[in-house]
Amino acid sequence: MENLESFRKETRAWLEANCPPEMRRPSQTEEDTCWGGRHCVFQSDAQRLWLERMAKKGWTVPEWPREYGGGGLTRDEAKILRQEMRALGCRSPLDSFGIWMLGPALLKYGSEEQKREHLPKIARGEIRWCQGYSEPGSGSDLASLQTRAEDKGDQFLVNGSKIWTSYADKADWIFCLVRTDPSAPKHEGISFLLFDMESAGVSTKPITLISGASPFCQTFFDDVLVPKANLVGKLNKGWDIAKYLLTHERDMIGGMGGTSENRSLGQIATETVGTDNGMLADTVLRGQIAALEIDALAFRLTMDRAGDMAKVGQAHPAVSSLLKYYGTELNKRRMELVMSAGGMDALEWEGERSREGRTARAWLRSKANSIEGGTSEVQLNIIAKRILGLPGA
Amino acid sequence: MALVLNDEQTMLRDNARGFLAKNAPIAHLRALRDTRDADGFSRALWKDFVEMGWAGILVPQDFGGLGLGHVEAGVVMEELGRTLTPSPFLSTAILAATAIARAGNDQQKKNYLPQIVAGELIATIAVDETAKHHPEKTALTAARAGSGFKLSGAKTFVLDGHVANLLIVAARTAGKPGETNGLTLFIADASARGLRAERTPTVDTHNAARITFDDVNLGADNVLGKVDAGWDALEGVLNAGRAALAAEMVGASDEAFSRTVAYLKERKQFGKPIGEFQALQHRAAHLYCELEVTRSAVLKALQTLDDSYDRAGAIVSVAKARAGLSATLAVQEAVQMHGGIGMTDEFDIGLFMKRVRVCQELFGDANFHADRLARLSRY
Repeated sequence: MENLESFRKETRAWLEANCPPEMRRPSQTEEDTCWGGRHCVFQSDAQRLWLERMAKKGWTVPEWPREYGGGGLTRDEAKILRQEMRALGCRSPLDSFGIWMLGPALLKYGSEEQKREHLPKIARGEIRWCQGYSEPGSGSDLASLQTRAEDKGDQFLVNGSKIWTSYADKADWIFCLVRTDPSAPKHEGISFLLFDMESAGVSTKPITLISGASPFCQTFFDDVLVPKANLVGKLNKGWDIAKYLLTHERDMIGGMGGTSENRSLGQIATETVGTDNGMLADTVLRGQIAALEIDALAFRLTMDRAGDMAKVGQAHPAVSSLLKYYGTELNKRRMELVMSAGGMDALEWEGERSREGRTARAWLRSKANSIEGGTSEVQLNIIAKRILGLPGA
Repeated sequence: MALVLNDEQTMLRDNARGFLAKNAPIAHLRALRDTRDADGFSRALWKDFVEMGWAGILVPQDFGGLGLGHVEAGVVMEELGRTLTPSPFLSTAILAATAIARAGNDQQKKNYLPQIVAGELIATIAVDETAKHHPEKTALTAARAGSGFKLSGAKTFVLDGHVANLLIVAARTAGKPGETNGLTLFIADASARGLRAERTPTVDTHNAARITFDDVNLGADNVLGKVDAGWDALEGVLNAGRAALAAEMVGASDEAFSRTVAYLKERKQFGKPIGEFQALQHRAAHLYCELEVTRSAVLKALQTLDDSYDRAGAIVSVAKARAGLSATLAVQEAVQMHGGIGMTDEFDIGLFMKRVRVCQELFGDANFHADRLARLSRY
């Protein structure tokens, strides 16, 4: 405990000395998020400096081993780092699917060579990754995927198409599920491949969503040649890696239900709806907000508890389905209340006053939370089968 | 603090579970009900609790108790919820012991705590006066009379009220009903002149009573804590009770849920186990999530009572509200998924519904606690 307290002091001092003031203000726009990558354009010197300093410390990926560019922190130390960053209002220096999804999978399944090649570049924000999972014909039934990778000696020949590839048009590399044995049962003919998005035959087409944003693409592969060294794990054993990575994706998306912006819903509503004797003037909305806040706090504690249970070896492997399901449904409920509290102001779609319709667009974006990374219904199937042991599920 | 039970707490849970399964299964509750037991609980079983130290679980070791915390008391409550066991554990070992240990003076602690530990005293708190929990609306008056006080009024839903030897009474010494100022806690002997208890049998076959105070004279040394400023002490005791009830609901809903999932696997219709139907699978999976999320909040609330007793209000409200709602969902789904048999008195599942309704209502239902949280958050 004493060591942790001194770690906290050192961490605070370091953050105060090294986090530029601009990086301590809440993010206002999408551009405030740094995703790194070959074509990264830093919005400001402060943003670049902040990434460089944190990457040098290994704190873009605090819990990864030092030899792969991580900070080598324990779980408790990493928690302290997050707390201190929150206390100072520090922005995340780097957001990336490499950090959240591929990294953990490579640490578990990757060869030593693959770890040394890819992990440090993820940690430094040099390579931006995208995820090639869903296909036009394979959504909830992901294992039915059809993108083929044929054995051509030293290389695979990849043909097919992926959909909902987040930021594929901005990504440098893709981690991709491909079918390497079409005759095997569907879960047993899938492999996990890594390749460069600049390879010949790769093209992307952004998809505009109801929020007006285009975070997703359809991605096409036409005779793309991929070196065999880019196969992660064993041939035809990619489904295990896919599932492992999905638990990380679920934790990431589920975690959205636990994060709250600077102002609480109660504060937002107090400003728009007004108060009567110190209570929100709209008493029905007040009750709904309180009910939501109760669930949100209990959910945050559940994320803490899941971590604490994992630490003492009591975690259930399907707990990420619980967090994903509950967290995303909670976030959708929260955004409905944000819209309700915001009233007609929240309906604005353009213009400076509404910051280009930030609230309405965030509300619409939240609807994808319970679809992406496995729908709520798929999570409930997993819980029914793997935790409750219900038959035939 | 990590949100998991430590080794000692896990051992306490396992011991309590084993003991209650053997000595106080649901058949025990049925026997008390069907024989219309005059006490409404088993004195022999309570003696066993006393011998295991449970009566003094929260009593400091200086007064002969185990000196454990609210997490441990909650562990026992959860197991009592699993078997629906009626006992004075909540009234005496949690509510009264907390009130005296936290708000009492040395003399009062020395007088009463060892008696609680030894099982010589059934004690309880008398707070509510109206159908819904509103402690600030206390109207029972304690008027100054000589060097002491004279209490007049009535209390409702006093746990174990008809068997209690000692009552801790919230009374108004100043101000108007609705105000938190002007409340005083008193320790009253149940045999005091003018004090009358009327047992009120309730839906769940646990003990409650109406108590009337007809000019009950109490001395100045019967005041527990400060005159006119008893609100904080009362809130503390109520928070302990709320968190304990939330733990009981976690146990009751967990047991009802386990029985329901087992039934889904066993009951066949249309030629297959009904648990194969996705309509039921998704409801069961959703309920599982609700119960897990509640469990986190309840454990945090109990830990907070141990770490910072005076600042536990908000998290206790979260826990009590969550537990009330998720346990209600659990027992409703339990009866529905059991179908016709779930409606029969012979089958146990309906007993869980009855107990949870009472736990939900006691010391504030989910709406009360949502309102309280909103107030604490100033909206």
